[in-house]
Amino acid sequence: MTRMASAVGATLFAMICASVPAGAQDGAPPTSAQAPLATKPAKTIGPEQTFLIGVVRQIPEPPPWIAPLQMPPEDLGIAGAELGIRDNLTSGRFLKLDYKLSNEIVPTDGDPLPAVERLIEAGNRFILLDVPPDALVKIADAYKDRDIIFINVGATDDRLRQQDCRANVFHIAPSRSMLTDALAQFLVTKRWQNWFLMVGRTDNDKLYAEAVRRSAKKFGGKIVAEKTWDYGPDARATAQSEVPRGTQVGEYDMLIVADELGEFGDILPYNTWLPRPIAGTQGLMALSWHPTMENWGASQLQSRFFKQSKRLMQPLDFQMWQGVFAVGSASLKTRNSDPAKVKAQMLSPEYDLPVFKGVAATFRDWDQQLRQPILLTHATNTVTLSPQAGFLHQSSPLDTLGFDRPESRCKLK
Amino acid sequence: MKRPILLSTSLATLAVLLLADALPAEASPRAFVTNERDHTMSVVDMETLKVIDTIKTGRRPRGIIASPDGKLIYVCASDDNRVEVYDAATLKLVKTLRSGPDPELFVLHPSGNPLYIANEDDNMVTVVNVENNDLIAEIPVGVEPEGMGISPDGKYMVNTSETTNMAHVVDTSNNEIIENILVDSRPRIAEFTKDGKQLWVSAEVGGTVAVIDPSNWQIIKKIGFKIPGVADDAIQPVGVRITKDGSKAFVALGPANRVAVVNAKTLEVEDYLLVGQRVWQLGFTPDEKFLLSTNGNSNDISVIDVESQKVTKSLTVGRAPWGVVVVP
Repeated sequence: MTRMASAVGATLFAMICASVPAGAQDGAPPTSAQAPLATKPAKTIGPEQTFLIGVVRQIPEPPPWIAPLQMPPEDLGIAGAELGIRDNLTSGRFLKLDYKLSNEIVPTDGDPLPAVERLIEAGNRFILLDVPPDALVKIADAYKDRDIIFINVGATDDRLRQQDCRANVFHIAPSRSMLTDALAQFLVTKRWQNWFLMVGRTDNDKLYAEAVRRSAKKFGGKIVAEKTWDYGPDARATAQSEVPRGTQVGEYDMLIVADELGEFGDILPYNTWLPRPIAGTQGLMALSWHPTMENWGASQLQSRFFKQSKRLMQPLDFQMWQGVFAVGSASLKTRNSDPAKVKAQMLSPEYDLPVFKGVAATFRDWDQQLRQPILLTHATNTVTLSPQAGFLHQSSPLDTLGFDRPESRCKLK
Repeated sequence: MKRPILLSTSLATLAVLLLADALPAEASPRAFVTNERDHTMSVVDMETLKVIDTIKTGRRPRGIIASPDGKLIYVCASDDNRVEVYDAATLKLVKTLRSGPDPELFVLHPSGNPLYIANEDDNMVTVVNVENNDLIAEIPVGVEPEGMGISPDGKYMVNTSETTNMAHVVDTSNNEIIENILVDSRPRIAEFTKDGKQLWVSAEVGGTVAVIDPSNWQIIKKIGFKIPGVADDAIQPVGVRITKDGSKAFVALGPANRVAVVNAKTLEVEDYLLVGQRVWQLGFTPDEKFLLSTNGNSNDISVIDVESQKVTKSLTVGRAPWGVVVVP
């Protein structure tokens, strides 16, 4: 088991305070004003409250092949959490609040529970989890009598928001239903209602397909054909002959692909029998975030992230940033690191989380899922954000995505 | 940039020559509008209400203000990381000033110097001497600094940080933060009343305007907005302008496409005026007879008659008009 525990909070704090954009003035002469400035925030003598935030990330099973453009960065997710700590410190220093981050990376075949245990023993009370759903439920149950807040930043499984929901778990990651509802709203708005659903061979692909079927029913899409991908894990060499044959299913508007691992979705475009666009896990993708997102202040977050990590911000980076910032946002109001107080604040009506998508994001009280707009994006452009105009709701249009209160089977305990 | 003094001196000389040469006999008030996506500034004659010129600026011009005498126009060229200074009469670029990275909004000291600039990407406010381009201070503030206000006596500068959700009050005598006021989400603009007795801070995502008492920096009231037929989350307060006599305030409500009229004495909303799409910033004419609004998504500005509270005209400017200032 690789262990990567690090407490970057204090170091980051010092770095932020010392950060003077020396090169930013385009050759402007250096001034003596810079030296004393660097020491200015040191005036804040000792933090009054420290928020210890842990991250446990289990490396997911790698796909059989990875497109060169999609090689996951080593610090995927963690870099977002680190930026979250920086942003928390920038805000929190005015109220003498401190934040520290500790990371645990668990290998694909490892058990994340001992990693969680270590973080909790070290005093962490807010734990971000990017682990498989079974492990998440096990972890939540193991600590259900302790004052710990778990924040699910990775698992999209609907059951974690439904029958397997837990009172000590918040969900930042959008659920599969939120993603497919976002896509369905857009396709229905465009009147591209007839869908050909191509499902991968993994259990997760079947769950994604299930969510697509549910969304079709909810918004009036029609699945006119359905197939399971059965050309093996790596069909790159034979795609040009096999995909046209495998996609002769009659007329349809859109090919919806359920391929969470990324085995075949990317070889479908331009290989289909009919000239039809592709959406779902590839093609036009429903995501929480994308590097092409720039409105509503998103470009500021993108550039802060790029400056820090020298790469583009991926959805998991954003979700971890949100997880850390969710605690930070609450802390400015509670000024107290007691998890019970932070939790109450996260669920209070006056709480909201900046998500740079034009509206405030808040947590649903029935399943503790963050309600937020979902991006529909292809590789180089964010096409739109859902909810689409015209999908009305009695309390919040954001609740047209995912499981609304009346549909919820979640009993928080 | 290695010889800023020499450069600005020669430019100033040039400007004086041009001024002497081409000074119009009698100019009517002019509005200057920054067009964020065109990298231009539209010049509007306020008598004829026509666009009389379009000036190429640095990249992504946003914040725009005038010197107290109305002779100079300052523009934040956000993507070029500099402040540009234009002569309001000749429309020529006089000089550029350092700004720190990604300048968005700024405010001049009432005396005309220094200039306080919000650096959105860098969690800082940069203080610059507009005479010699010297860096006076860099003040660390919250995440994504944006709104900039200054008290009429020049004692307090207030910056809002959009992601920290605070208004930071800075003592201008030593450039130290003396107070941090938590407001609602995405605070955009800080505006003092002319008598200095109130500070108004708009919160775009929170949907409110906080009215703050500068004697103790406590929030007196949060003004909320309700428009029949408009979803609550489309009501996003951004620009705020208050008449000099402290009777009326105007609040631009973003994608609600309306400007709210607030009774500044009772702090009650009196009316909503329909303007263009995604209304962003506001600017009075010097006599306060008219108020202009920049409408980012319909690429126009609306002219509001302040007395009758009616929108009297809209005129097309460049793409994504952002800020506006009117000089005599």
